[in-house]
Amino acid sequence: MTFNEFVFYTFSAILILAALGVITARNPVYAVLFLVLAFFTSAALWMQLQAEFLAIVLVLVYVGAVMVLFLFVVMMLDINLDRLREGYWNYLAPALVVAGVMVAVMVTVLGGRYFGFGEMPAPPSLPAGYSNTKELGRLLYTDYVYPFEIAAVILLVAIVAAIALTLRRRRDTKRIDPARQIEVRREDRVRVVSMPAEKQD
Amino acid sequence: MISLSHYLVLGALLFAIGVVGIFLNRKNLIVILMSIELMLLAVNTNFIAFSHYLDDPAGQIFVFFILTVAAAEAAIGLAILLALFRNLRTIHADDLDSLQG
Repeated sequence: MTFNEFVFYTFSAILILAALGVITARNPVYAVLFLVLAFFTSAALWMQLQAEFLAIVLVLVYVGAVMVLFLFVVMMLDINLDRLREGYWNYLAPALVVAGVMVAVMVTVLGGRYFGFGEMPAPPSLPAGYSNTKELGRLLYTDYVYPFEIAAVILLVAIVAAIALTLRRRRDTKRIDPARQIEVRREDRVRVVSMPAEKQD
Repeated sequence: MISLSHYLVLGALLFAIGVVGIFLNRKNLIVILMSIELMLLAVNTNFIAFSHYLDDPAGQIFVFFILTVAAAEAAIGLAILLALFRNLRTIHADDLDSLQG
């Protein structure tokens, strides 16, 4: 067994076990942590496929931002776990049938015996000094620049939507509308009254 | 020698686990969202494996966009979840029947 095979099988085993942990963990916090483990092992596998930039992005952006967001939300929600677990295993049989058929079909097609995926030659090794990040950046800013801008717009829409969905105005705050505040003129508020001084007897 | 089909079978297994997760956790919205993340991860692994073995970086560009959309989807999904929980005090899928579907 070569070192590459050892790395692939070890990380694949960890990935599958972590994925099973995600869907069976009793506590959602553990499920999120298993998902983090799955992302880390996937990043290692992607690294082996020489996709260094995406492997790092997966760890930094996905684990660092999205999974932490998941953790925040899971910890904020005060949920009744027992009720959510009622009848958990009821649909195991149909789920296993669906998943089994899916895996069987895909393994038949992709397994390398019938359609030649197994004989696909390994790609030529990359020259020294080749930078995956540089290559991706070149493609993103030349051939894929319009999709790249659309991706930026999608992220903007997501920001606006997330804020609009969770923003709530409390009724009891003493909030002041700045527009109305600057409309006030001095004459509305202050009146100078000239009064003659009264003599004291 | 690790061939392309090794990675594709790994992706198939991961995708199937995501599907089983949606079946089993059909009452728990947050674990359903996490199962969707697992399925997206399987798809991304396939893209990167093809990109490597066909020696074409376009596959990695696709993964880049999938990650963007998945991040947006996770943010909006969690925002909807929070809004639901704030109004109904539950994320039990059976309680979300106000549309009478």
